[in-house]
Amino acid sequence: MPSANGRQLIYTDAFARPLLETASYVELFLKILVGMKQVPQKDAPLKLNESGTWIREDVSYEVNEPDAYALEEALRQKEKHGGEVVVITAGPARAQQVLREALAKGADRAIHLEDTAFVGLDAFNTARAFAAAIQDESFDLIFTGLQSDDYGYAQTGVILAELLGWPHATIIMQIEKKDAGIRVKRELEAGYFQFVDMPLPAVLTIQSGINKLRYATLIGIKQAKNKPLRKVAMADVQSSLSGNLQKIERLYVPQKTKNTEFLEGSAAEIAKKLVDKLRNEVRVL
Amino acid sequence: MPDSILVVVEQRDGKLNRVSWETLTAGQALAAATGWTLDAAVVGKEVANLAHEVAAKKVQRSYAVESPRFEPYTPDAFAFGLKQFIESRAPQLVLMPHTYQVRDFVPKLATAMGRTVISDCVGYKKEGDKLLFTRQMFQGKLAADVSFAGPPPWFVTFQNGAFRGDKVETGASAAPVETVKVELGDGVVREKPQAMFKEAKQAVDLTQAEIIVSVGRGIKEQKNIELAKQLAEALGGEIAASRPICDSGWLPMDRQIGSSGQTVAPKLYLALGISGAIQHIVGMKGSRTIIAVNKDSEAPIFEIADYAVVGNLFDVVPPLIEEVKKAKAGS
Ligand SMILES: Cc1cc2nc3c(=O)[nH]c(=O)nc-3n(C[C@H](O)[C@H](O)[C@H](O)COP(=O)(O)OP(=O)(O)OC[C@H]3O[C@@H](n4cnc5c(N)ncnc54)[C@H](O)[C@@H]3O)c2cc1C
Ligand SMILES: Nc1ncnc2c1ncn2[C@@H]1O[C@H](COP(=O)(O)O)[C@@H](O)[C@H]1O
Repeated sequence: MPSANGRQLIYTDAFARPLLETASYVELFLKILVGMKQVPQKDAPLKLNESGTWIREDVSYEVNEPDAYALEEALRQKEKHGGEVVVITAGPARAQQVLREALAKGADRAIHLEDTAFVGLDAFNTARAFAAAIQDESFDLIFTGLQSDDYGYAQTGVILAELLGWPHATIIMQIEKKDAGIRVKRELEAGYFQFVDMPLPAVLTIQSGINKLRYATLIGIKQAKNKPLRKVAMADVQSSLSGNLQKIERLYVPQKTKNTEFLEGSAAEIAKKLVDKLRNEVRVL
Repeated sequence: MPDSILVVVEQRDGKLNRVSWETLTAGQALAAATGWTLDAAVVGKEVANLAHEVAAKKVQRSYAVESPRFEPYTPDAFAFGLKQFIESRAPQLVLMPHTYQVRDFVPKLATAMGRTVISDCVGYKKEGDKLLFTRQMFQGKLAADVSFAGPPPWFVTFQNGAFRGDKVETGASAAPVETVKVELGDGVVREKPQAMFKEAKQAVDLTQAEIIVSVGRGIKEQKNIELAKQLAEALGGEIAASRPICDSGWLPMDRQIGSSGQTVAPKLYLALGISGAIQHIVGMKGSRTIIAVNKDSEAPIFEIADYAVVGNLFDVVPPLIEEVKKAKAGS
């Protein structure tokens, strides 16, 4: 039976005595960190805060969509190669929810950079906070989503790679472990793809749809309660951060650029109005 | 030396990408607004001819930034090579199009220089001495004006379609072209990219369709796709979808509209339960008429719709199918 002992996978004989480690066993063991962000739910109505620089916090939240796929991919890689899946988030207490869900789905442990102030960091500082929080760990792979639904920087993962000095690849739709490193499938524009080989450790930003998501099981939810969750305070990483390099001066509802005609009435009336437009204005009927 | 703006255009296989002209237009507008000079750079293995093409536009100088290691593209080579080049020229502002390639390397480049990127911007504002860059947030539901809080160079990427590429100004005479060779040692590039390819052949060519009925996640369940199909059929159009619908396998991939799918410009684009994320909009905003049905009055799709119905698609679509059938039978 193989057993995970720190970073190394040790095979034992029938008497639980360690067998000679073979290089490939050790190599296939993957320790993966997954960045999981909590963002406002897709159809949550957003209201601006008093200063007009951020939204009011009283909305419902969910996990950032591509991050859910990143977690799923990490779990699948672990199931294939053995290893460990660690999830990390930076956000206020409410963000623990995404970690709990990830633990219930099969992640082994979680790291929570817990402070409301993490919400206001730019991508540079979020990545620096992550780098500081994991400095005593040694991951083979870090997955993030390709972008967040709230800020939409599309940067945190790539910045983290640069801070760690690791190679990276973005918009990933497939990951395959090779003898030396990994082969990933990058999505390009307009239906094109490309395979890229790269060494480990590496950072990958994951695209939604790379796999099919699993649901947490009842037993998983139960087990999650006993899994380790390490909290990191702002004070623990503060010395690694700087002031934000970019600043939101104001947030607002975008002005309409098009003269949109809103059709109102009962469903039947709307149907009639639409057909009238289709016939007389759009001229497709 | 006055402050300068550098536009890094994008090329593939010896051809400039169309968005390059959009970013140049943005650069020209910003140069006019700030009084800063404008330079452009093409990055690649041998790109002097492309630098000459750019030099015909109103720029002060056009650079060909070259290394054999720029071909094929890797983020390591681009970040490392451009860092050298940008440090040597010290521009105030560096502009690039927000393409998949740029978003792959520009955060690395900026980080390597200790700088930041305001990404995926749709415009800029100059308020007093302050430059603000406007970007969409919360999937386009809100917009933000963002300023730089650190030292230059300031990196900005502009969203596809944010500026008009056909509005780029031609120069009075061709600008000087300078070739800059950058040194990239062994071991800089860690990624080994293979050739680009397309997945299985496309069975439908939606670019030819005059009428497209497109469904988004508002359709809720696979079995409800049938409803949209009935409407498409009644109208004599094709069915298409947003990405999540194709990811779920509810419709085949070749029916996906958007930046990673097809780009269409039919006479009529009817969007059912689609929120209007930018990656979807780039694939259909050229449609002659856009009708959107969405239960959320603040859905970004309404910003580009000609006719808008705020409501439940399951209430609106069935009577619409009937009315269309009636109209067709009567005509
Ligand atoms: C690099 C990249 C590439 C991408 N490429 C593409 C692409 O090519 N094409 C693409 O489409 N997306 C693409 N996306 C994804 C894109 O960002 C959005 O996530 C996606 O377009 C959202 O799809 P949607 O509008 O169907 O779903 P959602 O955003 O979930 O919107 C569903 C909408 O339905 C409405 N709704 C719900 N119920 C009803 C009802 N009963 N009646 C009426 N309305 C209802 C809701 O109000 C909501 O507005 C890409 C993303 C990235 C990052
Ligand atoms: N505060 C956060 N907590 C956890 N993950 C984050 C956070 N911010 C960014 N990420 C990760 O980085 C990805 C890209 O985010 P962004 O750069 O904001 O578009 C997200 O999909 C997450 O995986």
